[in-house]
Amino acid sequence: MEPIYLDNNATTRVDPATVEAMLPFFTEHFGNPSSIHAFGSQVGKAIKQARSQVQALLGAEHDSEIIFTSCGTESDSTAILSALKAQPERNTVITTAVEHPAILTLCDWLEKEGYIVHKLKVDKKGRLDMDEYKSLLNDRVAVVSVMWANNETGTLFPVEEMAELAAARGIMFHTDAVQAVGKIPMRLKDSKIDMLSLSGHKLHAPKGIGVLYLRRGCRFRPLLRGGHQERGRRAGTENAPAIVALGKAAELALAYMEHENTEVKRLRDKLEKGILARVSHAFATGDVSNRLPNTSNIAFEYVEGEAILLLLNKVGIACSSGSACTSGSLEPSHVMRAMGIPYTAAHGTIRFSLSRYTTEAEVDRVIEAVPPIIAQLRKLSPYWTEKGPLTNPEQAFAPAYA
Amino acid sequence: MWEYSDKVREHFFNPRNSGPLEDANGIGDVGSIQCGDALRLMLKVNPETEVIEDARFQTFGCGSAIASSSALTEIIKGMTLDEALKVSNQDIADYLDGLPPEKMHCSVMGREALQAAVANYRGEEWHDDHEEGTLVCKCFAIDAVMIEDVVKANNLNTVEEVTFYTKAGGGCAACHEGIEEILARVKAERAGPGEVSPPLVQIEPATKSAIPAAAPAAAPAARPRLTSVQRIKVVEEVLESLRPMLQRDKGDVELVEVQGKHIYVNLKGACSGCMMEAATLGGIQQKIAEALGEPVLVLPASYMALEA
Repeated sequence: MEPIYLDNNATTRVDPATVEAMLPFFTEHFGNPSSIHAFGSQVGKAIKQARSQVQALLGAEHDSEIIFTSCGTESDSTAILSALKAQPERNTVITTAVEHPAILTLCDWLEKEGYIVHKLKVDKKGRLDMDEYKSLLNDRVAVVSVMWANNETGTLFPVEEMAELAAARGIMFHTDAVQAVGKIPMRLKDSKIDMLSLSGHKLHAPKGIGVLYLRRGCRFRPLLRGGHQERGRRAGTENAPAIVALGKAAELALAYMEHENTEVKRLRDKLEKGILARVSHAFATGDVSNRLPNTSNIAFEYVEGEAILLLLNKVGIACSSGSACTSGSLEPSHVMRAMGIPYTAAHGTIRFSLSRYTTEAEVDRVIEAVPPIIAQLRKLSPYWTEKGPLTNPEQAFAPAYA
Repeated sequence: MWEYSDKVREHFFNPRNSGPLEDANGIGDVGSIQCGDALRLMLKVNPETEVIEDARFQTFGCGSAIASSSALTEIIKGMTLDEALKVSNQDIADYLDGLPPEKMHCSVMGREALQAAVANYRGEEWHDDHEEGTLVCKCFAIDAVMIEDVVKANNLNTVEEVTFYTKAGGGCAACHEGIEEILARVKAERAGPGEVSPPLVQIEPATKSAIPAAAPAAAPAARPRLTSVQRIKVVEEVLESLRPMLQRDKGDVELVEVQGKHIYVNLKGACSGCMMEAATLGGIQQKIAEALGEPVLVLPASYMALEA
């Protein structure tokens, strides 16, 4: 049985056309783009082309606003540390409680270093309170960093509006857009977004390549200093094959943008409706009317996510979970906790993330496979009886907690 | 993700003894707040013989929680209650051919469910006495609460000391930053306003040399000079007090010879050849130096011939 990959928010398959585009840069065009000779200059031209392909996907005004990095995390760290370093008179960072660890862990460290970090709370559907946000904007804020789309629920944040509000107060705005780029259309030139992070491997490019978009005129301090690569804003010899691949992937993502927001969305909706129609005591998390077209996060009450994943894996279906036991740290998903989802449901959240490779037949197979797995695990659950959940399950089964 | 043994997978995919047990006369409900897992263990105990005739479980938890529950019921069926209470969480993990360090708490939950169920059968109330914290050292599965307790109880000041007392930090060393943070926090609490924190006692890091350097005397105050026999007695007492800790890890130590400030010992069992040997010797050395009030050098007995 062919395995089914529904974990595209974790990473994606590299498109064969992209692999083909990058391969010559390992063997044939292996030169260093900084070199004056022909080996180097060909590579330089290819990187220039990739830069404009990424520029087109982001709708950026200038190709020099694209800085190639090694990954999304590097772009995030570069953006936030640059904003703090370039504005020493400002000591505050505003972010959200549901950011990716690439932002949250950095912010926790900044707090230890003496900076002030405000984490915006979210409501039950994972939405921000814009009044809280507005109340925090002041001239001590160096940067606002808010993700464009949440990796677990797909919920979209109004980053364009938030960037306008920040700009009006003279505050830099960064967005971690690794989940959003390639899935929803963007025109950064019409926005007030100063910095944006993207990651190649989330949009069918290889791992090990990312981009920091830096608006022209935005004050900047590099994270890595050294050679003159990327105009001295990111030193280190260019990862030419991966840059070329990212360029190709960006071109393809733009070409598939329509497909992503129609066909992929239709399959996602079919999957979600199909599962929820067959499994009781389950619900979709996040802001379902305002989310990425490819993501569905379903909470299955009274069962645990890792157990679901192991059984799904056994029938060849790959997805991921917000359960405590699937994060290396054993901490339950901070996104589910921030939304106030009760733990008997939060532990059973499963994220299905589709891609342009997902087929109707695959979706049908998953809809068939999920209900018996949930039923099997609920049989083992102390919160469940033959007739359904215990009445008042959290009172009826109240274990002594260690 | 996790590296589960085949046995864990097998018990997860085909759990034994799952589901409610109608005529149970001992029920234990426990949970781990940290990862949200919860387990109900149901026992049918023969009142005459106290033999566990049947055991079943219901678990809300991950693969290893379900496998641990399944293993536990298999282990204890047919045992008397007293025999069953001797089953440790390590026994459960061993039965499953081991659990990943992050998942050892699943076996702890199994053991606690067993204690709770036996208490319930005997009409007693079970109180959990162990608190679980964030996992700090992944090599040896040591959590923050354990490290903090040990640091407080023994007035520890360095990562090396923490490693000696708990093993935390003795493997890949990635958690040293985390251990330093705990030390800094405890130290800040310890030294109240206006107080001075205790001086730092530095042991040479185990990695630098297999032979620990002489530890400085902890008590600078003049003490009456001890006779050789008194000194040996003190050394023996210190070793005696440390042995249970080493034995818990299936190791041991014995005194071989005392020559002036050189004290020769034999590390036995799991301690001999352990990658933490130098740290163990360093810790023993510090304890002895503190007890004697003079600097000493604790060496493996094999060094005796070399130095003689």
